Amino acid sequence: MTDVNVIIKKQVEKHGAKREALMPILQSIVADKNYITEEDMLAVSEALDISAADVYGTATFYTFLETKPLGQYVIRVCKTISCHMAGKDEIIKTIEDALKIKLGDTTPDKKFTLLQANCMGWCHKGPVMLINDEVYPELTPEKTIEILEEYMSKK
Amino acid sequence: MQNKNLKRVDLIFGEYAAEKYKTLQNALKRSPEEIINELLDSGLKGRGGAGFPTGLKWKFTKQENSAVKYVICNADEGEPGTFKDREILCRVPRKIFAGMAICGYTIGAKQGFLYLRGEYRYLLPDLYKELDIYHEHAKKFGLDFTIEIRMGSGAYICGEESALFESMEGKRGEPRNKPPYPTKAGYLGKPTCINNVETFVTSLMIIRHGAEYYKKLGTQDSRGSKVFSVSGDTPVADIHELELGMTVQEFVDDFGDGDTKAVQIGGASGMCVPRKKFADTIIGYEGVPTGGSMMLFNSTRSMYNILHDYLEFFAEESCGQCTPCRVGCQQLLKGIEAVKRGEKKPEYLETLKKLAATMKTASKCGLGQSVANPFTSIVNNFREEIIY
Repeated sequence: MTDVNVIIKKQVEKHGAKREALMPILQSIVADKNYITEEDMLAVSEALDISAADVYGTATFYTFLETKPLGQYVIRVCKTISCHMAGKDEIIKTIEDALKIKLGDTTPDKKFTLLQANCMGWCHKGPVMLINDEVYPELTPEKTIEILEEYMSKK
Repeated sequence: MQNKNLKRVDLIFGEYAAEKYKTLQNALKRSPEEIINELLDSGLKGRGGAGFPTGLKWKFTKQENSAVKYVICNADEGEPGTFKDREILCRVPRKIFAGMAICGYTIGAKQGFLYLRGEYRYLLPDLYKELDIYHEHAKKFGLDFTIEIRMGSGAYICGEESALFESMEGKRGEPRNKPPYPTKAGYLGKPTCINNVETFVTSLMIIRHGAEYYKKLGTQDSRGSKVFSVSGDTPVADIHELELGMTVQEFVDDFGDGDTKAVQIGGASGMCVPRKKFADTIIGYEGVPTGGSMMLFNSTRSMYNILHDYLEFFAEESCGQCTPCRVGCQQLLKGIEAVKRGEKKPEYLETLKKLAATMKTASKCGLGQSVANPFTSIVNNFREEIIY
């Protein structure tokens, strides 16, 4: 985990200490540790000289800018129509059983969080899931287990 | 078996290796007026779904007297059932950057942005690789137009152009009132030409081959070809580039599984066409226009479940800024659930249809305005499935 001020500094150098830098900063914080804390938001508001309420407002608007602690690997299963028809429920059940958690939960070791998300643009190859930024289309329960095992063996 | 009666077109993905920014180089030898006239003549309309004439958009932005203007490529593809932009971004990024650069040269902008949805972050390494190649060529051609990539973070509404500007400005993705339109006041209040990914590529190919070539495709009211994202109950789920102006029946003959009972044209915000209307419905501006999403449903599917899915989607993705959309999406969803459970009489659907009509009139942006499309078309055509 990088110090939040280092992340802010890097993005401010690139985009300037302007409001336009806010999304890139928040996205970099999420890329680093998967969620944004209130302390982070205060640091950002100070660096950009904007109200903390504005930072909070932006941070809480976007689905991918999480403000609650999430696991190291965030699994997002697409729930929209084509993936629904292609069997996303079975995939979610498979993941729930394998990780012994329910949808929306994080494993006790803080390694995985299981979420649903709206259309990910793989409607012709559903069901699909994202694990952090990696995409996994054409899922079957077997394939899902294989992918999870790969992540479980990662540090 | 697939009939393949409809002619396949290969404008968007074809001739890629040879492109090498040649079209851009040649375009720079022509005057901006000439380029705009070529686009106007071609009849190209925006390929994101709204269908505004591309040539006019470029012309209006060019006419604005401002030292700073922007070109933005809208790659916030979030409409359920649409995945063609991802394929374009993945397979022919050079054509996108070249199209944006021609736009920049034409309207007098020095800065371009590609706004990429957060769900497509894995495309970044390859896009940056191509972007470096683009900038080398721009330098060689003496073109002062740089392109940067900005990311979205999982908000469907940011595909709405003014919400996209808000997002780029570090704000909540809440659509603005219009007018002013982006051509006058877009990103940071400056004149902005914002087009869909496919529109930039199509523009490039029109500049390359000429309007006459392009006009031979499609019909008089719906010029050209379009990349369709085909999914659902079909043996050939994939992207397919086809001429506009076909009937839904012709489409279903090629792409259906033999048991198609309905086609949702234009994604969750589009129209549901039932089997009995296949033959009379044209896919294009003279019938049902589309951003390219085509979802096929066969007789095993419950249209209640499909409508429920769509309404849940809109209830989640509504930005919450205006009341008709924020409350309307929730009430439509609760309403069909209540009818299904028998808590409300079937006639209650009429009340809900009135609510949908109000949302169409009173919502601030396209999201709330278009919820009535799937709602009314599904309820009208599949009333029994919603009730029982």
